[in-house]
Amino acid sequence: MYKLDVQDLHKRYGSHEVIRGVSMAAKAGDVISIIGSSGSGKSTFLRCINLLEQPHAGRIQLNGEELRLVANRDGALKAADAKQLQHMRSRLSMVFQNFNLWSHMSALDNVMEAPVHVLGQSKAEARDRAEHYLAKVGVAHRKDAYPAHMSGGEQQRVAIARALAMEPEVMLFDEPTSALDPELVGEVLKVMQDLASEGRTMVVVTHEMGFAREVSNQLVFLHKGLVEERGCPKEVLANPQSERLQQFLCGSLK
Amino acid sequence: MLDFHLILSSLPLYASGLLVTFELLLIALALGLLLAVPLALMRVSRSPLVNFPAWLYTYVIRGTPMLVQLFLLYYGLAQFDVIRDSFMWPYFSSATFCACLAFAINTSAYTSEILAGSLKATPPGEIEAARAMGMSRAQLYRRILLPSAMRRALPQYSNEVIMMLHTTSLASLVTLIDLTGAARTISSQYYMPFEAFITAGLFYLVLTVGLVRLFKYAELRWLAHLTPRKH
Repeated sequence: MYKLDVQDLHKRYGSHEVIRGVSMAAKAGDVISIIGSSGSGKSTFLRCINLLEQPHAGRIQLNGEELRLVANRDGALKAADAKQLQHMRSRLSMVFQNFNLWSHMSALDNVMEAPVHVLGQSKAEARDRAEHYLAKVGVAHRKDAYPAHMSGGEQQRVAIARALAMEPEVMLFDEPTSALDPELVGEVLKVMQDLASEGRTMVVVTHEMGFAREVSNQLVFLHKGLVEERGCPKEVLANPQSERLQQFLCGSLK
Repeated sequence: MLDFHLILSSLPLYASGLLVTFELLLIALALGLLLAVPLALMRVSRSPLVNFPAWLYTYVIRGTPMLVQLFLLYYGLAQFDVIRDSFMWPYFSSATFCACLAFAINTSAYTSEILAGSLKATPPGEIEAARAMGMSRAQLYRRILLPSAMRRALPQYSNEVIMMLHTTSLASLVTLIDLTGAARTISSQYYMPFEAFITAGLFYLVLTVGLVRLFKYAELRWLAHLTPRKH
């Protein structure tokens, strides 16, 4: 059984179709890297999975439970049941390109917030777990700092701890290192590599070819809203079949 | 030369005036803030049905002078038999009630605009993160949007509070003996307007300085996340 199963997803802005039927399935422990050039629809696809963007067609299943969708007036799909969507989102935590930490809360409060108020954990329990996860990503010493007082790498690691504290079924990463200075990228990738080796199920939109090759076990190359090529990352990257992927890799692997 | 003896001997009247000023200010601010939060939430709604009434309210209140609103409530309403015969008459015949109500309505309009602006300035990424974590709309507002917006609104709100303190002096025009009312009483009793009003002015100045201090302290406490990094 798949942890996360997305079938035939479509998304358009006005008349412009940005996702034209993309499917993806992740078993427990899978790490799927989604690559592609800007505008290929990879971030949009990821954001459709937890309905931060509204797809126009498609099916989304988490652990065999299908997210019930209904069309609104302009044809975009929204959750039929807000409670089900909230529940599903709490099991599908997301890490963003720009960290998106809550600026008025300390690192510790950021990590405790959703476990207490969404999952209903007690404060003491949530604090213990938050401290555990902050230590795990190596920012325990910054737990009382506000996001604006931390470096980008520290903020992103706090954001990863925030996602981990939900103990999610699947973690979604939306270009988690793209907003970081080159020297801070490594610390975040290291944390993500550790998570992958623990057997966490992850879907990662990334420009880091090294990460895609070494850490993930599935690679999806998106081009103009379609899957142009997919497979084992080492094989696909070493021996790209499609012309588009060859061009893309020429540009990125210099 | 100033008549210090007169000032000293009239201090008890100023003290009771100070209490009235305090009472007016605190009641107006408390009620005003209570009204301002739902109004601000209405003002940021995308639905015109929700947004329009709040917009109209703040537009009308902010578009007319405080004194006109106060006179309308205190003198204007008394003109109608319906009001004079209703259960509300004991309230509307009281100058304290009318002044508190007028001030509360006035500050609620200004405060709700401050809050609405602050709500709109919430970084969209923080809202997205809250939704992605599975928060409901109510949780999003209660836990993320309002706490963050109210903090950002503090510096502007401190101006509003000081303006309100100064505005309470209008209460003296509807028979209340607040600080200004005390000064008017002394002035007309002894024909020494300078002594009377300079004393009131000094009281207001000290109160203002106190309020500014209080808000600086509050900003230190609640806006620490927006200050430059210190360590």
